[in-house]
Amino acid sequence: MSGRNRLLILLVTALVAATTVTGYVLRSRADSAAGGASGIVRLDMSGQILFRDTSPGASFGRIASVPRDRPDAARTTGTVLCDRLYAAHGTGICMQRKGPVPSTHVTVLDRDLHQVRQVKTEGFPNRARVSASGAMLSWTTFVQGDSYLRDDFSTRTSILDTRTGHLVNSIEQISLTLDGKPYHAADLNYWGVTFASDDNTFYATARTSGRTYLIQGDLRKWTAHTLRTNVECPSLSPDNTRIVFKKRVNASANRPWRLYVLDLATMKETPLAEEHSVDDQAAWLDDHTVMYGLPRHGGGWDVWSAPADGSGAPRLLIHDANSPAAVTPQR
Amino acid sequence: MYISTSRAARPPSSEAPAAPAAPVVPAAPVTSGRRRAWAGVDSNVLALGSVSLVTDISSEMITAVLPMYVIFTLGLSPLQFGALNGMYFGVTALVRVAGGHAADRWQRRKLVAGSGYALSALCKLGLLAAGSSVPALGAVIAADRTGKGLRTGPRDALISLSSTPETLGRSFGAHRALDTTGAFLGPLAAFALLLATPGRYDTVFVASFCIAAFACVILALFVRDRRQPLEQHERATVRDVLGLLLRPGFRRVGIGVLLLGAVTLSDSFVYLLIQQRLDISAEYFPLLPLGTTGVYLLMAMPLGQLADRLGRLRVFVAGYGALLLAYLALFGPVGGPVLVITTLVLHGLFYAATDGVLMAAIGPMVPEHLRAAGMSLIQTGQSLATLASSVLFGAAWSAWGLHTALAVALTVLAVAIAAALMTLPLREESTA
Repeated sequence: MSGRNRLLILLVTALVAATTVTGYVLRSRADSAAGGASGIVRLDMSGQILFRDTSPGASFGRIASVPRDRPDAARTTGTVLCDRLYAAHGTGICMQRKGPVPSTHVTVLDRDLHQVRQVKTEGFPNRARVSASGAMLSWTTFVQGDSYLRDDFSTRTSILDTRTGHLVNSIEQISLTLDGKPYHAADLNYWGVTFASDDNTFYATARTSGRTYLIQGDLRKWTAHTLRTNVECPSLSPDNTRIVFKKRVNASANRPWRLYVLDLATMKETPLAEEHSVDDQAAWLDDHTVMYGLPRHGGGWDVWSAPADGSGAPRLLIHDANSPAAVTPQR
Repeated sequence: MYISTSRAARPPSSEAPAAPAAPVVPAAPVTSGRRRAWAGVDSNVLALGSVSLVTDISSEMITAVLPMYVIFTLGLSPLQFGALNGMYFGVTALVRVAGGHAADRWQRRKLVAGSGYALSALCKLGLLAAGSSVPALGAVIAADRTGKGLRTGPRDALISLSSTPETLGRSFGAHRALDTTGAFLGPLAAFALLLATPGRYDTVFVASFCIAAFACVILALFVRDRRQPLEQHERATVRDVLGLLLRPGFRRVGIGVLLLGAVTLSDSFVYLLIQQRLDISAEYFPLLPLGTTGVYLLMAMPLGQLADRLGRLRVFVAGYGALLLAYLALFGPVGGPVLVITTLVLHGLFYAATDGVLMAAIGPMVPEHLRAAGMSLIQTGQSLATLASSVLFGAAWSAWGLHTALAVALTVLAVAIAAALMTLPLREESTA
């Protein structure tokens, strides 16, 4: 084949490839522009469950809501795109990884979903929480570990006080008492903060030397101590008496966790009826029910609920959804 | 003790086919001599470099978006994603050696390398087809790795066979510089696409496929195969390949490579330590690897040329010295931007002095009819050693904590460099 013919073939291939990509991009953009948002989502309308819409298509990844008493009713999908979200008392938090050099953008939202503040951080969106009063915010990102063969990765957990604007970028400097002794270690990681209603006490997961701990922290004193081991992603009940958490029950990566509820007064833990492995910081629908995102076999997610006392059976709450948050009546 | 690059060392006229009817002799390309296209690098090396550049854009696009896609679109936990990535490692190691051997045996290096490129290209569409089925996704990722394993040995063999013995380092340097440029551009391309179509990973997959297919076309059109007229008894057998391990020079290099590979810390620790020392704003953290890549792509060719002059194995070991220095700087007294720049430059130099240079060093030690298999063998050894290193370091980290583990790892690295200096046939190489 002559050099000229080869160049000609190369040029034609390049043109075909470029046209295909451009065409595909334009079509995707048209798809996305065509819809997605179906109404106005507000964070202060009580009696609703907010979630991340995961139905395939243009509404994928957008904030959405359904009535709490009729979660199978038609959903309202808003415009805001999030990888992880949470809201309470008219304050929302939306984590999204984006940008030319991607980083996680953590956006604080007001009741009308307008941006109040934005913090950029490294890693992948993982957990987000707002205290019941809407005053305290926390989020966790995870940073991929050094090796695909290790099942741990490092996490970075931040806490923001919306009343003062004070931001702690990483809570890893908090003075920690582990099993009664002051503890320092380079491999300490924290994730999954949940706040008590006093806006000062919080619970979270700490991991060091391959073990996870439930810690209780005091924001004003900036101290924390461990309560027990093998607790991840705690979530405090609205009445502040119990914690739902994921417990590592299996060393394999396929079905590693199970949801448990821990009674903080008696320190007695109860497995929930959900037998699937749940990798989520669960949320409370009310004082008797928890809800959580569960990947479907074959793709996508649904939000399920289960009784907090370990009785009954899990129930499909919202189809094609994850990252649920119940909006309670404002005081 | 070194097999001189017998055929390449002959005057050009002797490269002409012995008999026109010999079945393994291609019609024209090989006899056309070595065409110096740019800076003394053969045009075939540049063609292979272009294929790698374009392919790396395509594959790094996927690497950059895969975790987000798998975790936030498909719903796998990070833990599952980790397990998915580690799957089938052993299979791909075997395929790598088998691919190299097949390329040698039938003198079909371009064909085998091309199948590897084509397989990886198809895998980009496979990602779309797999949906969120974990086994299917695992199979696609494994097939993609297989493609990469298949092509690497034959490709590096083609580079070495398209180069004169004196300029092997330069050729590999030029190839790796082009290759790394692609790796540099890939993530940028992917994120640009995601800016245009937020959340639409399918756009990235389709674009990645088109780019990979384009690379296959470049390969088909512009890369010339290197096929030698072989006597029947020269046809490579498995025994010949294993026989390489009995050659003292090859074996000593193999041992040195395993030794150094097993004590090399993964890149992320460099970045982790920079971040811990300097507390740079987290959003700039992803820019650190770009610094390493930038230095690598700029220095690959100069260091390749240096290796041609000073001895390739010497430069190879010096590369590990640079890595050790990079880590020591991170524990040293100097901080601030000086530390970031010093560390990233040393880290980039490590890559520039080791990756292509090793293949350039191995070239002359392996007879031409075993070139692809020999190179695959060393590459497989290197990746197994890296695997061992991450397992060992993981265990050390769990047992002693990060900083003690690092101190131990650095001591071991220093010892391994000293041991490699004794094991590697440095003197023989310079007199070869």
